[in-house]
Amino acid sequence: MSDYFLIESRDPFECADVHAQCELALGLSQAGHRVRMFLVQNGVLPARRGARANGLSALLNAGIPVLADEQSLRERGIRPAALVDGINPAPLELVVDALAAGSRVLWH
Amino acid sequence: MGAKTLTFALMDAPYESARTATALRLVDLALRRGIHVNVFAYEGAAALTFARQSQHPNATHGRDVESEDHPLTHRWIEALLAFAESRGVKLDWINCGMCVDERGVGETIPGVRRGGPPDFFKLALESFNTLVIATR
Amino acid sequence: MKALNIVSSAYRATSEEQDDTVVWFVHTLRNAGADVEILLRGNSVNYAVAEQRADPMALGAVVQKNPPRPAEDLARFMEQGGRVFAVSDDLAARGIDATELVAGVRLVGRAALAALYDRYDRVWAW
Repeated sequence: MSDYFLIESRDPFECADVHAQCELALGLSQAGHRVRMFLVQNGVLPARRGARANGLSALLNAGIPVLADEQSLRERGIRPAALVDGINPAPLELVVDALAAGSRVLWH
Repeated sequence: MGAKTLTFALMDAPYESARTATALRLVDLALRRGIHVNVFAYEGAAALTFARQSQHPNATHGRDVESEDHPLTHRWIEALLAFAESRGVKLDWINCGMCVDERGVGETIPGVRRGGPPDFFKLALESFNTLVIATR
Repeated sequence: MKALNIVSSAYRATSEEQDDTVVWFVHTLRNAGADVEILLRGNSVNYAVAEQRADPMALGAVVQKNPPRPAEDLARFMEQGGRVFAVSDDLAARGIDATELVAGVRLVGRAALAALYDRYDRVWAW
């Protein structure tokens, strides 16, 4: 089984394709792979509690960790306390960690 | 065990996408971790190292050239190259030659080189891992 | 090393590049001996539609010699032994029937992507 580190840099408000990436994450997880989703840039916008329903809840319900780049959050004024329950802020270093650990890192 | 090597493929032209800053942050973070880094700059990213980028004032903010100190991507990459050298790690920056030619950005900062898609594949083969950050 | 190259964006600067630059890139890799294959997803599934014809750019007295021909490029890639996959859900969402595609494109459902990715040493999302 592989380790997938999916980076989502786009948001579902402007980009309809984001939902397909959430589906991919679920599919990979259901196939038995370890999957993490890392939100960066405008990809953190749906992580704000109160944002219209989006695929992130489905990922969390499936046990897929969803992390949001701390710098992207600060840039957009999203405090950690304002995040959807279950989404955690994380440093961009995690991407380097994932690459250095041999994860399959895919950027969307 | 020797240090690992990561390869990044970039595609965005300067000043057009948040992906550029994030990508350069990732290169910086990898270098800080003692990881060797290759960058294959494809398409618009081939202009990131164009030496003729120049600063300008910002009258809207009341700043002259010096106080605006407008970022130039070639200076950011120069800083990364210098940082890599100071840390004893490698940053190998390759611009896609055809992309450079069609954009007329062949005048680059020192320390970068030209290549083509097979160079990217060779770098990927020799690297521990590869991340493609494509444009949209 | 066997690499799956995922193409998502479509018709981005194809007029002035005379190619989809990612399809071209992967094709060039294959020509150089790399074991690379293509997955079309999102809007790029439209590249497999056989009957597409970009008009040559005609500006003033200048007429383009080689307008982009993405479907033909994919056909040539397949003739050289490279496989091209297209996400069937994305075709259906765009109202594209399989009969409209260039011959040889292999359809894969979104639900089967995990298994497809497993077959490759590397998966690169362009």
